[in-house]
Amino acid sequence: MASRPNGRGGSEAPARLLTATETRMNVEIDSKPATPLLQLRGISKRFTGVRALDRIDLDVRAGELHVLFGENGAGKSTLINVVSGTFPPDEGTFHFGGEEIHHLTPQRAREIGISPVFQEFSLIPSLTVEENLFLGREVTRGGVLHSREMRKRASALIDELGFDLDPAQRIDDLSRAHQQMAEIAKALLGRVRLLILDEPTASLTERETGRLFELIARLKSQNVGLIYVSHRMREIRALADRVTVLRDGRHIRTLDAATSTDGELVELMTGRTIDLLFPTITHQPDKVMVEVENLTLADGSVRDVNFHARSGEITGIAGLVGCGKSELIRAIYGIERTSSGVIRIDDAPYEFPTPRHSLKRGVAYFPANRIAEGLALSRPIRENASMTGLDLPAFARFGVLRQAAERVTIAGIMEQLQLRPPNIERSAGALSGGNRQKVMLGRALTRELTVFLFDEPSVGIDVGAKLEVYEFMKRLVETGAAVIVVSSELPEVLALSNRLYVMHQGRIAAELTGAERTEQNVLSSFFREHLTAEVA
Amino acid sequence: MNTALVAAAPRHAISLRSIAGRIGLLPALLVLLVAGMSAVDAQFYGLINVLNILRNASLLAIVACGQALVIIAGGFDLSVGAVVALASVVTAKAMAATAAAFPGNNALIIASGVAAGLGSGAVVGLVNGFCVARLKVSGFVVTLGTMSATAGVGLMITNGIPVYGMPEIFVKGFGRAQALGLPTAAHIALIVILVMVFAQRRTLFGRYVYAIGGNVDAAVVSGVTIQRHIVGTYVVSSVLAALTGILLTAQVGSGQASFGGDRMMLQSIAAAVIGGVSLRGGVGRIEIVAISALFLTILGNALNLLHVDSRLQPVFLGVIMVAAVALDELSRRSKPRV
Repeated sequence: MASRPNGRGGSEAPARLLTATETRMNVEIDSKPATPLLQLRGISKRFTGVRALDRIDLDVRAGELHVLFGENGAGKSTLINVVSGTFPPDEGTFHFGGEEIHHLTPQRAREIGISPVFQEFSLIPSLTVEENLFLGREVTRGGVLHSREMRKRASALIDELGFDLDPAQRIDDLSRAHQQMAEIAKALLGRVRLLILDEPTASLTERETGRLFELIARLKSQNVGLIYVSHRMREIRALADRVTVLRDGRHIRTLDAATSTDGELVELMTGRTIDLLFPTITHQPDKVMVEVENLTLADGSVRDVNFHARSGEITGIAGLVGCGKSELIRAIYGIERTSSGVIRIDDAPYEFPTPRHSLKRGVAYFPANRIAEGLALSRPIRENASMTGLDLPAFARFGVLRQAAERVTIAGIMEQLQLRPPNIERSAGALSGGNRQKVMLGRALTRELTVFLFDEPSVGIDVGAKLEVYEFMKRLVETGAAVIVVSSELPEVLALSNRLYVMHQGRIAAELTGAERTEQNVLSSFFREHLTAEVA
Repeated sequence: MNTALVAAAPRHAISLRSIAGRIGLLPALLVLLVAGMSAVDAQFYGLINVLNILRNASLLAIVACGQALVIIAGGFDLSVGAVVALASVVTAKAMAATAAAFPGNNALIIASGVAAGLGSGAVVGLVNGFCVARLKVSGFVVTLGTMSATAGVGLMITNGIPVYGMPEIFVKGFGRAQALGLPTAAHIALIVILVMVFAQRRTLFGRYVYAIGGNVDAAVVSGVTIQRHIVGTYVVSSVLAALTGILLTAQVGSGQASFGGDRMMLQSIAAAVIGGVSLRGGVGRIEIVAISALFLTILGNALNLLHVDSRLQPVFLGVIMVAAVALDELSRRSKPRV
């Protein structure tokens, strides 16, 4: 079983592979020119009472990039799960390559060339990149793993994709961006006719995103169909041939990307008009709330950093993945260990930070990875939201919880943040990305806080939810809080911040204020640092 | 007040479904078992048998409550059976020693014995907790080690010979006594269960245990002090196991290193798991675990009354445990995200 599919080219280098695919596709296209690669008709899917998909139609042509666009909970994830065989639709027909498909399983989907790249990684943390790439389709000789061959093919594939990835590294030693690259490589290992990408750039740097786009262009020219889920307008503009808008599990419209406008798409998606993505924030810098002097972390990810943030303004930190920007604010909050340097919160020296003390001093941290560090998925929203405030007398006295007060407070907060549906007893695991972020934001409202550290605040959430996060920051700043935003998404951090630090290789490369805050300047400060580093 | 009313309304509407979902099949199975056995064998509902069931179920429930707490926090306590034995012999020895020093002073003798027994449990719990929380050794390995060590200490103290010399009143007036028609063990188990349910639902400790088991990294980021609470779960588990050891000692009238053991440990885990405690941590309710302990005890009793081969009985326990977890997994699947 393990070795047979490979004999058919399951693990050949993709270039050769795709050429093979191309010839086959051409034959098919010649015989049935009008048939799309993937044709879904009237697909419905129900989960215990909730209708996730309601008679969806979708066509994806060979060589086309088809964007699925919609808010969280619109049914995009369910739809790509149906296409990739994770669960069967309740009704509707499914044609792939002209054939009607029944009883699709993930294995079968891969065999016929449907290859999904999910946001939640399908990688096994304790295995190496290479072992993960070949998982379930290992190359064997007489039942014995042929590791040299697999190593060779893995390296060839990674080189071909231009990823900076070591096949022998364990997944849990990799950054999120590198995990994403491994995930994409895994999807492209084998015969691919339809590639599904679910927010693939969420944790990639600009450069890696560029590489991915080149790759996508190459796949398109080789007649591979792509389903692409993204909330980023810029990507949709750059890549899409057609866009299908979903809302509340229903197909709203399929448009040609070339003739549609951003406003039109967002309006279709939300069912309302959104003028501006980034709110206009009035910054009124006041006193220094966070000050960091010569801070160096124990693991060396941040070195000799001087940095301050004032109340009444948003301080941004931009930088490439792995530049130490997340580690810096995590150190302030007390999750990363420092080796030297001074941290001051509101002029008081803050030695040996721990999350508990940080909260007591009014510092809150919103982690980038809401699943790993944010929420206890098996517990209800209420418990997750009140977690950071339980040491307060408002929630507990003498170690005994005040449940009624907790319920009323959290219900009020989640109502204010417009949690949909507004049931705070649901488990956090049942929520989509945007709602999970709302639960995280809700934590901030349970206690008096003055400093807010946001780590990649808009990763994995849709436009509507992003807007709410930005509005939330605006309210914080305008009521006099100090907000620090760390983001790999340049437009976001440029638009939100009043002062912007650029970090590179663990150091502050530049501090930009006012009109200096341009994409050009940020990029050039990466570049300048790079040059000096290489010269040195 | 208004908000509370509004919030209560939708909860009421879904209560029928959610009751089935939350408690599961267990109460139904329990009723079925009791009804079936009562029909088959009149001996089953005889007073002696009922008291016997209640006594055994109480002992198991006390241990299982502690075990459940540890598992909810994401740990595992294999040492509970050995702690039952250790507490039993330590209690008996301490009473014998105090009785020799202060003959006739029953209050002092009993107090010192009980304190020594519970204390020995607390020490094992502290060692477990320290190794798990500080040294970051997995709970499975740590408690496997302390299980072995504790059992060894128990045997060393007694050389395998039962320890006598406890005051008459401790055995007749406490261990074998009844109040309001119920054995003492049942009263104590009820108190333990009530306190644990309260702790779980209404105290910071209970909430933090859920949070740590649900996602330890998220709990850290949320400012929860982790180590203290993990140590707490192991101490509670060991102290409850020790309490069971003392109750057994009082009931039998001698301290024995053969009490508890692997059987008690396995049953406590089975009770927790069948009672809906997830081995992934973060999920589980003490009251259901207590019902589950009652269920397991009645099942064992029923198999005995039906003259099922005692070697076959563990097979039943095994099948039921796996089936319970399989059902739990089944119900977890295909939940939608909104």
